[in-house]
Amino acid sequence: MALGAHLGRAGAVMDLATLIQILDSTLRLATPLLLACLAGLFSERAGVFDIGLEGKMLIAAFAAGAAAAVTGSVWLGLIAGIGASLALSAVHGVASIGFRGNQLISGVAINFLAAGLTGLIGQRWFGLGGRTPQLPEGARFGPITLPFAETLAGVPVLGPVWAELISGHTLLVYVALAAVPASWWVLYRTRFGLRLRAVGENPAAVDTAGISVARLRFGAILIAGLLCGIAGAYLATGLVAGFVKDMTAGRGFIALAALVFAKWRPWQALGACLLFGLLEAVANRYQNIEIGDFIVPVQVMQAAPYVLTVVILAGFVGRAIPPRAGGEPYVKER
Amino acid sequence: MTFMHKLASTAAALALTAGAALAEPALIFDLGGKFDKSFNEAAYEGAKRWAGETGGSYKEIEMQSEAQREQALRRLAESGANPVVMTGFAFGDVLNQVAPDFPGTKFAIIDMVVDQPNVRSVVFTEHEGSYLVGMMAAKASKTGTVGFIGGMDIPLIRRFGCGYAQGVKAVNPNAVIIQNMTGTTPAAWNDPVKGAELARSQKAQGADVIYAAAGGTGIGVLQAAADEGILSVGVDSNQNYMHPGKVLTSMLKRVDNAVYEAFKMGTDLQTGVQVMNLASGGVGYAMDDNNASLVSADMQAAVDAAAAEIIAGTRAVHDYMSDNSCPVN
Repeated sequence: MALGAHLGRAGAVMDLATLIQILDSTLRLATPLLLACLAGLFSERAGVFDIGLEGKMLIAAFAAGAAAAVTGSVWLGLIAGIGASLALSAVHGVASIGFRGNQLISGVAINFLAAGLTGLIGQRWFGLGGRTPQLPEGARFGPITLPFAETLAGVPVLGPVWAELISGHTLLVYVALAAVPASWWVLYRTRFGLRLRAVGENPAAVDTAGISVARLRFGAILIAGLLCGIAGAYLATGLVAGFVKDMTAGRGFIALAALVFAKWRPWQALGACLLFGLLEAVANRYQNIEIGDFIVPVQVMQAAPYVLTVVILAGFVGRAIPPRAGGEPYVKER
Repeated sequence: MTFMHKLASTAAALALTAGAALAEPALIFDLGGKFDKSFNEAAYEGAKRWAGETGGSYKEIEMQSEAQREQALRRLAESGANPVVMTGFAFGDVLNQVAPDFPGTKFAIIDMVVDQPNVRSVVFTEHEGSYLVGMMAAKASKTGTVGFIGGMDIPLIRRFGCGYAQGVKAVNPNAVIIQNMTGTTPAAWNDPVKGAELARSQKAQGADVIYAAAGGTGIGVLQAAADEGILSVGVDSNQNYMHPGKVLTSMLKRVDNAVYEAFKMGTDLQTGVQVMNLASGGVGYAMDDNNASLVSADMQAAVDAAAAEIIAGTRAVHDYMSDNSCPVN
């Protein structure tokens, strides 16, 4: 820990520039979590547990990286990523809705399938040890400079916040942020959303009203596939330039933790993902944090999302109640 | 680079007439795969060179999971392959158990010492190579702040970081070195997203040269450094070509030479610990067309002078693994 002791001067230099840099990093790190978390939100609100978020993101990252590398177009990469993720969603749907299989097992299978397939296809295709070739400029999402970023640069506080924190991210970051109010609106202000939530609480009632439970649940998990696809594409073509084996590195599971933390609600999901992103950004920035004589090692921050989730689940901070019909395949009463 | 090749191939041509070994040698690649652009790929290059020069053939296996290690090792030994060469410290425990069961087979392990009579342990002095690239980084840095990003937090990687820090301080005693480890699990070798984020964070703290010793994670580091307009330093294989003009140099670890030599010795493989250091050309730094414009003659002269002193023994570089501590930070 001698190495870290000299790095952790968290309290000493926390000026505005540092704060903006950390929040900037937070936004980048929270984006894949947020997209995956919203994907889980749609799926679980409709009563289908989805622990395959990780696998869907991974296969989307691979497809996006591979397609972008081969075609040189980031848009075709995005489409391929979404397509691959939707395909795995469909597998999950057929297994757990169509054949009423166990949703958790199906999710685990998807995670294994994605981890194996991406490595195998990647190796056969590119021969780079499961990696895709490095993407050139046009095959990646570049940063977008929002209007007034230059004009406002001179304004104290607001200038740097606008120019460095809010502006200058890739398109998919803004897509993820926009997906939050969109999800809220769909879930709470549309007929589809009402039915979707109902199907996760009491599918029999929905069925009685003459609405197909299976079709609604399929719709929900396809939305989840779409969002996971964007998340995966963001990893491979937004954050870095190409796919690397197992590059999701557990982000799908952190997203699940965020979903529980947010108690299955969209705005709270944004908050949870930003919090988890912030924890990671702080852990990246300071290896160890010294508070007086006490040193907080970096692993504390890395474990924090899981610890917080357990605390929430244990009921210390209000109760986290999952959708009532979650995890159960719907069988029509006879 | 080319000079080294020439030297090696001349030596090989002389040895060629000694006659091909009776048994086929075998090579086992660690997780990460044959074409990892780094460590394992260097091993593959060495085997390829041997095959090209002697016309011999060899067996190879790529590890797909942790569970395959012992199985792969035993299968190759049983098939009569000799010697069996494996890359990576992770084979240490398995080899220690398997080697006594095959007293007639010679084994070579890279990056780990296994104390068995039929094992050749090849270790590299990464701290010496890292010291040299550290000097270069300090000379290339305009801000006086440089970065180091390691993969999994293990003593071997700290050895890289410690050698680098010593090299930086040798050039600029006031330099600030920001060090980050990616994680504490093997996933830390394959997280380019986190690598890129760590690089951006180090850049935000003023670093303008970043050395990555982190396997696949390093790809993200090099990419982010190139995106942010700062310099990076590659590791193990020559990675200068990945972002021409943006990778200052690469710390070379001549795993290819280690494999090549082991194959060449064949069944007469010399056992015991072999240290591949600066003097024997086991470690070094990479110069080619991609970084020629970044490294001034003055820089190269200073680094070469230091290298000569290290070889002569007049300049000492502390090895982190000798006492698990580093004199500089």
